[in-house]
Amino acid sequence: MVEEKKLLEKNILHLSNVHKAYGGNVVLEDIDFSLAKGEFCTMVGPSGHGKSTLLRLIIGQELPTSGEIYIEQERAMFSNPDRGVVYQQYSLFPHLSVMDNILLGMQLTHTPFEWRSNKSEYREKVRHYLDKVHLLEHEKKYPHELSGGMRQRVAILQTLIINPKIVLMDEPFGALDPGTREDMQLYLLELWDETKMTIIFITHDLEEAVFLGTRLLTVSRYYSDDRGSDQASHGSRVVTDLDLTKYMKQEISATDVKYTKVFRELIQKIRLEGFDPDYLQHIKDFNLKHADSFQTL
Amino acid sequence: MPKVPGFLGIHARPGFKLNILLALLPFLLLVGVYFFGSYYRLSINPDDKLLPSLPKMVNSVIKYAFTPDEDSGKLLMLDDTLSSLARIGTGILLSSSIGLFIGLYMGIFRGFKSLSLSFVNFISIIPPLAILPILFITFGVGDIGKIMLIFIGTCPMIIRDIYITVKKIPEEMITKSLTLGAKQHQIPWKIIFPQILPKLIDSVRLSLGAAWVYLIASESIASTNGLGYRIFLVRRYLAMDVIIPYVVWITLIGFLIDFGLIYVVKSRFPWYHKD
Repeated sequence: MVEEKKLLEKNILHLSNVHKAYGGNVVLEDIDFSLAKGEFCTMVGPSGHGKSTLLRLIIGQELPTSGEIYIEQERAMFSNPDRGVVYQQYSLFPHLSVMDNILLGMQLTHTPFEWRSNKSEYREKVRHYLDKVHLLEHEKKYPHELSGGMRQRVAILQTLIINPKIVLMDEPFGALDPGTREDMQLYLLELWDETKMTIIFITHDLEEAVFLGTRLLTVSRYYSDDRGSDQASHGSRVVTDLDLTKYMKQEISATDVKYTKVFRELIQKIRLEGFDPDYLQHIKDFNLKHADSFQTL
Repeated sequence: MPKVPGFLGIHARPGFKLNILLALLPFLLLVGVYFFGSYYRLSINPDDKLLPSLPKMVNSVIKYAFTPDEDSGKLLMLDDTLSSLARIGTGILLSSSIGLFIGLYMGIFRGFKSLSLSFVNFISIIPPLAILPILFITFGVGDIGKIMLIFIGTCPMIIRDIYITVKKIPEEMITKSLTLGAKQHQIPWKIIFPQILPKLIDSVRLSLGAAWVYLIASESIASTNGLGYRIFLVRRYLAMDVIIPYVVWITLIGFLIDFGLIYVVKSRFPWYHKD
């Protein structure tokens, strides 16, 4: 394991000793996590074990009870444009057309005068992107007129167009049918390959997590420590932290990889370590193999 | 093939023609019963005032709506309508703009909510008509007293409506706009206001009913013109031939305003009430 200070200096996002409790209910306990620029980090864990809470802490919708979150070594506070977010729902504003939804970020960050003089230029830029994802003909439609997949493509454009340092996604494809979902996974991988942006992607689908990510975290309450194995009293921790590129060096768009033996076995292992209530690892034995992994005990 | 019932039961699906016929039926019934009663009473006593005949009401409408008044030289019905509309319009404009402002800030800023929620709830329980004397003493019996009654009667309702609507907007949406670069002061007016504007119009529609009550009540007590003033004035002479056309006219105005507002919501906010 590396020295924490070096990680903080090297990486774009750094969480040190982050706790979150609501009243007496501890949700997250001692989350240590450092993420390098350009990484596609997927995050899995049983439902109700604090994945979304962790996301809210990172984007600044809530502040941690204790511990620090740094973005490029600066203490991160409430939400700002450094951190973009794509939700499963509510990413798009119902009263704005596709075009206006995507333009919103730029409109908000410009003075009305600047906005008026640059508007047509930005519109052209958005049209160019919309054309690439076959949504140009829908630019005047409202979100309720779009299919789920279209909506998420618009939401991703809306987030990326203002170039956030990190993009967080909370089960963005969770409500899509399997076919659309696979299309969206490939679309996202292409975008990531093009822009080399830093992504944290929450999903409850292990297959999706292993397929998309370069790094995988499992956040789970199923572990044991010296206080015993009473899961009700302790919060979730990072129990698995893997460098997925070591397992699969796949070509982008090769969805066939999902049927290989390595892929299957890896999923079995992740499921055992994070999702099995009867398989409780001690905190000293967590599977934290990623080079950037660290643990403050 | 089994037949779907047209009218009775939970499975009934009235067709187009039946729909119109059913909608018209209560109106026809009311008008029919009225004229039957009117004809019956007038045939017994030609001077009966309770249910005046159609020609008598038409005469009164000609007198009030199309003939200048002997004293003032004004067309009374037009004058009454314009003064009443000015009062109710000013009152509603005032209560909807202030209600919007307070409701919006209460829904978004928790500090402001702590400051105002209990007070708004307290104010909304005061029966507005009970404080009408206070309003008349404070603001005078002129237009301002009446406008204040409409304002106090409708504003708490609009505040609470807007507050609840803003509360229902998921927190994710506010976080989302902050991540897109919105400043705190942009959240109420650039992000939330455009989303609740159609709801504000709906809220105004609902409060107009109450606004009419307050308008007519205040005009009936102290006024020199207005629709409410007129019907209470002619009540002294049991002039049903004036009261009934005035009531129909008030109803028609209310209906047209409501219809207009529905139209605005439907045509300008196609995304409203859609998921």
